[in-house]
Amino acid sequence: MKDKIFRFFLFVAALFVLVLSAAIVYALVSRSSEAFQEYGIWGFVSNAEWDPRSATEEYGALSFILGTLYTAFFALLLCVPFSLAVAMFNGVYFKGKKIAGVMRSVVDLLAGIPSIVYGLWGFYTVRPLVIDLGVNAQGFGVFLSSIVLAIMIIPYASSLSSEFLSMVPNNLKEGAYSLGATRLEVVQHISLPTAASGIVASFILALGRALGETMAVTMLIGNTNRIPTGLRDTGNTMASVIANQFGEADGLKLSALIAIGLLLFVITAIINLIAKLVMKKLSHA
Amino acid sequence: MNQDKPISFTSRKAKDKTAYILVWIFSFLAMVPLFFILWDVVSKGYKNFNLRLFTEVTPSSVDALMARVNGDPIPGGILNGITGSLLIVGLAILLSIPLGLFIGIYLSDHKGKKFASTISYLTDLLQGMPSIVIGIIAYAWVVKPLGGYSALAGSVALAIMMLPMIVRSTEETMNMLPVAYKEAGLSLGSSYTNVVFKILLPSGFGGIFTGILLAISRVMGETAPLMLTALGASVVNWKVMEPTSAIPLLIWDFYNDPNLVDLIWSTSLLLLIVIFLLNWIAKIVARKWKV
Amino acid sequence: MESVKITNAQKAILQLKEVSVSYTPGKYAVKKVTTDIYPHTITAIMGPSGCGKSTLLRAINRMHDLYAHISTTGEIILKGKNVLEMDPMEVRRMAGMVFQQPNPFPTMSIYDNVLAGYTLNGIRLNRKEKDEIVEQSLQSVALWDEVKDVMSKRGSFLSGGQQQRLCIARTLALKPELLLMDEPTSALDPISTNKVEELLLELKQKFTIIIVTHNMSQAARISDNSMFMYLGELIEHGNTTQMFTKPQQKRTEEYLTGVFG
Repeated sequence: MKDKIFRFFLFVAALFVLVLSAAIVYALVSRSSEAFQEYGIWGFVSNAEWDPRSATEEYGALSFILGTLYTAFFALLLCVPFSLAVAMFNGVYFKGKKIAGVMRSVVDLLAGIPSIVYGLWGFYTVRPLVIDLGVNAQGFGVFLSSIVLAIMIIPYASSLSSEFLSMVPNNLKEGAYSLGATRLEVVQHISLPTAASGIVASFILALGRALGETMAVTMLIGNTNRIPTGLRDTGNTMASVIANQFGEADGLKLSALIAIGLLLFVITAIINLIAKLVMKKLSHA
Repeated sequence: MNQDKPISFTSRKAKDKTAYILVWIFSFLAMVPLFFILWDVVSKGYKNFNLRLFTEVTPSSVDALMARVNGDPIPGGILNGITGSLLIVGLAILLSIPLGLFIGIYLSDHKGKKFASTISYLTDLLQGMPSIVIGIIAYAWVVKPLGGYSALAGSVALAIMMLPMIVRSTEETMNMLPVAYKEAGLSLGSSYTNVVFKILLPSGFGGIFTGILLAISRVMGETAPLMLTALGASVVNWKVMEPTSAIPLLIWDFYNDPNLVDLIWSTSLLLLIVIFLLNWIAKIVARKWKV
Repeated sequence: MESVKITNAQKAILQLKEVSVSYTPGKYAVKKVTTDIYPHTITAIMGPSGCGKSTLLRAINRMHDLYAHISTTGEIILKGKNVLEMDPMEVRRMAGMVFQQPNPFPTMSIYDNVLAGYTLNGIRLNRKEKDEIVEQSLQSVALWDEVKDVMSKRGSFLSGGQQQRLCIARTLALKPELLLMDEPTSALDPISTNKVEELLLELKQKFTIIIVTHNMSQAARISDNSMFMYLGELIEHGNTTQMFTKPQQKRTEEYLTGVFG
C-alpha cells in the first residue's frame, strides 16, 4: 500500500514535467497572442521595424532574429579552433594525464563564471581593445558580443567533444598506429571521424547556448533596434531586447516582447532537437 | 610496387609536430580569458571587499555621489543582495529538490519506456531553455497573477532552471548504482519505498548532492530571469511576496549607475568566490562519495 | 637456454637480443628474451596469461611507444636493422599487427579499410592501383568473393571472422616483412578460427608470422616453431613437434600437460 502511494507520487512528479512544459508553451503562446493577432506570425517575424513611440507604434522581430543569428554564428565560428584544441588536448593528446585534469578544471571555472561578469569584463577590458583595433568608435556591437560569447561557449563545446573523443576505442587507434600512422594521422583519419557526430552535436548545443545568452550580450551589443549591417555594427539580439525593454513594457509592446521570447524558445528547442538527432545517429553507427 | 612509393617521413613528422604545437597554443589561449577575468575582478575588487560589504545595504545614488565628490569611500554594501540571494535561491532549492529527486528516480526506474523517454526529452528541452525565457514564464505565472514583482517569482524562475539539472544528476547516479543493491533490499522483504529511502538515496548521496551544488552555483549568478521577476530592492527583505534584490541584480544596478560603479568589482568578487567555492565543494563531495 | 633445433635454420629475419619490457621501473613484464625468428615460418608464442607473450609481441613493432610509462630495452634486429633505433612509423609498416578483437575502422567502407594503411601514411594512389591492391589483398585472405559486391558497406557489416580477415588484408596490403598476431582467433567462433588458421598456413609462403596464442592445439596445428614463456622469461623455443612430444624444460612439460596454465 505504502509502495503504491510512493510509486504514484513518483509518477505524478514525472507527469509534472509534462504539465510544466505544456504550461510553459501555453503561457508563452497566450501572452504573445496579442502581438501575433495584430501582425500575424509571418508579419511579425518578417518585419524589421521596432518602434515603441505610441503615435507610430509598430513591432517586428526580424532585426532581433538576424542580430541573434549573426552574433551566435560568428561566436560559434570563433570558438571552433579553441574548443577543438581543448577537446583534443583533454580527449586525445593528454587523455588521462594530470595536465588534462588541470585543463578541465580551468574549463569548468570558465563555465562557472556568470554571464553578467563576462559582460563586465567585456565592457571594461575587451571593449577598449576592440576600439584600439578600430572596429568602431564605441566598441559596442556584434563583433564585441561575439568575441565574449565565443569565450563563454568554449567550455560547452569542448567538454562534450572531448568526452566523445576520449570514447574512441583504443583498439581502433592501435590498429591505425600499427599501420604506421603518425599521431596526427590517427587523429585525422580515425579519432575525429569516429567522434564526428558527437563533436557536431556538442557544437550545435553550444550554438543553442549562444542564441539564448542574455546578460553579456545585453551589455555589449549596443542595443539598437535595427538589422546589423555587419560585424562592426551595433544591434540587439532576441534575448537582449527582452532584457532591455521588458521592465518598462506593457500592452502590445509587452506582448511583442513575449512573442520574441516564444520565438527564441522555439529556435533553441529546434537546435536541441537537432543535436539530439545527430547524437542518436552516433549511437547507431 | 606501391610500397616503393616515396613517403616523406620528415614532412609527415613535421605536420604531426605542428599539429601538436597548435593544440597546445589554442588550448592555452582558451585558458587565458579565465586569468584575465580573475585578475580584473580581484585587482579591482579587493579594495572595497570589506566588512561593510556584508553589513550594510546599498547606498542611494545621491549618497554615493556625495561620497565621491568628497573623495570618501562609497557608503554602504550589498547586504540586501546577499540576503536576497539567500532567500530566492533557498526557496528555489526547496521548490526544486524534492521534485527533482522524485523525477530522477522515476526516470531511472522506467528507463527505455515510452512515457519516461518523453519526460526525459522534455527535461533536456527545459535544460536548454534560455534563462530569459524562463524569466518570462515566471513573470507570466507569478508576477502578473499576484500583481507584483516578488522573491517568490524569482525563486520559481530559478527552480525551473535547477529542476532539470537535479533530475539528470539523480537519474545518472541511480543508474550507476548496482542493481544488486535494489534486489538485495527487496529480497530481504523490504518495501520499495524503504529501499529507495534507506538504500538507494543514501548510497547515491554523493552524486546527487554534487548535482545539487552545481545547480545552485549555476543559478547563483543568474541575472536575466531575476530582472523580470524579483526586480530588486534597496532594503533587506525577507518577505516572499515583496520585490527583492540579489547579488547579480546589484551588479546590474551598479553597472547602470555611474555613482555606484565602485562597488561593482567587490560584488563580482564575492559572487565569483561563492560560485567557485560551491564548485570546489561539489568536486570534493564527488570524489569522497564516489558511487 | 638449452640449444634446440629450430626448423628452417637459414638466415634469421628477426633477432631478439636481451629484450626486456617494463611497465613500472624495476618490474619487468618481459625479461631478457634472446632468440631468432626465421623467414617463412609460423612461430607460436605460448604461455599462461600474464607471462608477457603479448608484451613481447607488441615490443617488436614498437606499440609500447604509445604509452610513455612502458620502456623497452635490448635489441630487436629486423632485417639487419635495430627496430628500437628506427622510426616507429617505419617499423610498424614493416611489422604489421593483427589484434585480438577485430578492429575494422567503423567510419570506413570495406574498400577503404583495406587501403587504410595507405590513407593513413598519406600515400596517394590512383583508382587502378587502389583496385589492384584491394583485390589482391582480399584475395590473399580469401575474402574477395565474399565481399566484392558489398565493397561500399562499412567494415562492421561483416561477421567477426570476416572482420578479422579484413584486418589481416589491411595489414597485408602494406606488404610487411613480418606479421604479428595477438591471439587473432580468440574472439572468433570455431569455423572462422579454422578459416583464419588455413589462411595463415598459406600466408607463410610469402610472409613470416609470429602468433601469440593461449590455445595449445592451435599452436600444434599451425606453427613450425613454438616459444614457451613463463613469468616474462623465454623458457623454451624450438620445433613445435619436438616441443610437444619431447619438451626440454620441466616447466614447458608441466604447461603442456596442463599442470598449470
